Amino acid sequence: MIHLLETSASVPTLATVWFLLATVLWLGYFFLEGFDYGVAMLIPVLGKNEKDKRVIVNTIGPVWDGNEVWLLTAGGAMFAAFPGWYASLFSGLYLPLLLVLVGLILRGVAFEYRSKHPDTRYRNMLDWFATVGSFLPSLVFGVGFANFVIGLANDGLHFTGSFWSLFGPFALLGGVMLVVLFLVHGSAFIALKTKGHIHDRAEAFGAKFGWAATVLVALFVICQNVFWPANSEFGDFTVAAWIAGVLSIASIGLATVMIGKGRDGWGFVLTGLSVVTLFVGVFLRMYGNLGFAQDTSVPVTERLNIVTAASSETTLTIMTVAAVIFVPIVLAYQAWSYWVFHKRISTKNIPDDVETAA
Amino acid sequence: MDPVLLARWQFGITTVYHYLFVPITIGMSMLVAILQTFWVRTGKEAYLRLTKFFGKLFLINFALGVVTGIVQEFQFGMNWSEYSRFVGDVFGAPLALEALLAFFLESTFIGLWIFGWDKLPKKLHLMTIYLAAIGTMLSAIFILAANSWMQNPVGTVVNNGRAELDGVGGFLEVLTNPIFLVTFPHVISAAYMVAGGLMAGIAGWHLAKVNRDGEAKPGDAAAYRFAARFGAWVLLVASLVAIGSGDLQSKAMTQVQPMKMAAAEALFDTTKNASFSVVTIGNLDGTKAVWEIRIPGLLSFMSGEEEVQGINDLREQFAEQGFLQNDGTQHTLQQQRAAHIAEAYPGLDPAPNIPVSYWSFRLMIGLGMIGTVLAALTLWVLRKDRLPKAGPLWTAMMWAMPLGPLFANSFGWIFTEMGRQPWLVAGVMPTASGVSTSVPASSVLISMIVYTLIYGGLAVIEVWLFLKFAKKGLPDVAPPELQTDPDAPMTFAY
Repeated sequence: MIHLLETSASVPTLATVWFLLATVLWLGYFFLEGFDYGVAMLIPVLGKNEKDKRVIVNTIGPVWDGNEVWLLTAGGAMFAAFPGWYASLFSGLYLPLLLVLVGLILRGVAFEYRSKHPDTRYRNMLDWFATVGSFLPSLVFGVGFANFVIGLANDGLHFTGSFWSLFGPFALLGGVMLVVLFLVHGSAFIALKTKGHIHDRAEAFGAKFGWAATVLVALFVICQNVFWPANSEFGDFTVAAWIAGVLSIASIGLATVMIGKGRDGWGFVLTGLSVVTLFVGVFLRMYGNLGFAQDTSVPVTERLNIVTAASSETTLTIMTVAAVIFVPIVLAYQAWSYWVFHKRISTKNIPDDVETAA
Repeated sequence: MDPVLLARWQFGITTVYHYLFVPITIGMSMLVAILQTFWVRTGKEAYLRLTKFFGKLFLINFALGVVTGIVQEFQFGMNWSEYSRFVGDVFGAPLALEALLAFFLESTFIGLWIFGWDKLPKKLHLMTIYLAAIGTMLSAIFILAANSWMQNPVGTVVNNGRAELDGVGGFLEVLTNPIFLVTFPHVISAAYMVAGGLMAGIAGWHLAKVNRDGEAKPGDAAAYRFAARFGAWVLLVASLVAIGSGDLQSKAMTQVQPMKMAAAEALFDTTKNASFSVVTIGNLDGTKAVWEIRIPGLLSFMSGEEEVQGINDLREQFAEQGFLQNDGTQHTLQQQRAAHIAEAYPGLDPAPNIPVSYWSFRLMIGLGMIGTVLAALTLWVLRKDRLPKAGPLWTAMMWAMPLGPLFANSFGWIFTEMGRQPWLVAGVMPTASGVSTSVPASSVLISMIVYTLIYGGLAVIEVWLFLKFAKKGLPDVAPPELQTDPDAPMTFAY
């Protein structure tokens, strides 16, 4: 009999629950901001003139900010549920996180401020803020999570590697892979949300670069599971991680076919599924070790891992109650906001006047 | 360079900057919601024009508040990892709850409000701005609960070598922390002072222009007049709440952080029926006052204690007995940490920087009062049907009405955070012990330079856009209608 999920006994149940919840928040972030980043990176690629660009930006206009909160909530959940993880990770990866923050600041103001002044140079500058600001977090999180797969060097409490040690071959593959995957995920979203020539360009982009994404995802999944199988003292998830990885490869491949056939809905669902299953595989590998290398010659309780980084049972219980009540509510109103703005848009929907309304 | 000093400066710079946008967001979201309610109820175009005009200014400000807020959440882990590690069990929960309950609400419903004018029925659309406004308030609740815990660490025990919640009861104590209960109304009312002042200042400035040049569009004068009076009333009423809650706050602060009160007053010796110094110029150890204005008995009234403890006496007390509250007791956490602090930090000076505490306290009160007085003056100038005369004096007043309270907010935070020093958590954790030990000073310096450059550049863009739209005045509006034609232009697009 094959055991898909076999955990070792020493991890408190609530810590596992919160690892799962943190995983869900990260998955939500990558699924939602994944296409946001892709869309913004595609502004200079698919947008030939001002109205084109505005169509692209406005596909995510009402929703990008809500999507970004998934990252803040994931960060907050790590702080509350695993203070040791939050502390070691955020201080250890100081400069990479600075790059992420720079990106998030630039893209955050770009959307709101581009509509406030008609000058072309001003708008082009803000579009570049959005594009670069979306490229940076995509790249850094790709590099970062590849490093979590390898296991960050540490002394049991703090990250001990250097900034440049984070850019090994597998990490670079992770960075490039995530950028391309998000580009394709974004193009699938644009195809789903627009009509007319922007729709056609997005489709053509997805149908072409979907294959590049498939190759990169396949390389990443194979390297991950061959060199760093999800098997540790905390449990053996080798099979589950392989299944998740293969699903991710299959999804992005099938998505590419679907986008090529003009099946926009399927294309988007499958690129999304590929993003989600890819990170399910990564988080299976991170279960227990939290992305930090484990020196097994030292007792579990003297290393940085799920056991030592977790908050008290009291805090985890309170947070669980809050999550059980509020996560479904958040999902409900976010889903409603997508429904409100579900109609496809084209250049015809873009007003000529740049300073209308609030 | 000293990494602790760098990390503190970075926190100071990024937080003061972030907090320029926060009070406007908290106050303005609600005022815009109220304006829109007037429109929904009466159908009068003037209210719709005001809603869109101030709504746009609100959004220009909101964008920077959002992006600078992200830095705040990451900063605890990046620069203050040992603090985060030690207190995360208590301090992390409010931050996570803030994201889950407040940020999602704000961001999702702001998006629905901006783009929903022609997608949602009127009343449903009105609800979206109220939910966003409620989101800003929830955010304040969690952040202030977290900050109040640093000032007054209730409900917590040392366990597993760190601060942990003392059961579910401990969590309830954190949420009902007496410091939090008095800080919340103070912070919210101070935010409304800024928003009221901003609305009154901009509308009042336009009103004088209309008086001089005539209306750009019929109805302008009446609309500006309404907004100027409405904003001034908000500022005035909020001032009363800020003063009342501030009084309760200083009494509560005296109980849990007697040293902070002593530093606020630069009171060196324990004094009975202490007077309040409005302004004192003297030397730093309090032995010589060159020039001063004092109000008899006021400090004792503010602190709620007949005898107010002085800095010198509190220093002596700390050296002998460790950190004590005004009544000589300690919270469990303070008690459990006392021995460690005495041993690990011999000679720790328990007093904050006294000139900073003294002057930031006075600037907070003084700048806030300027707003209050100007609001009253504005209402008086606009009494009955009178219009203000355009001129440098009126313009200066209209600038000062929002800026006074805005900078009062800054100095209030500078006071409360600098006055907490040398502690991160009062009596529990000295500031220097919370900094990230694995982050080299060079990294902190790099990030400080990067933030300063980006924040500086964005400030230029934001102020320029804000002034551009503020000067432009009330927009022409068409009453929004539910859009059914799939090819019709959107009412609003980025």
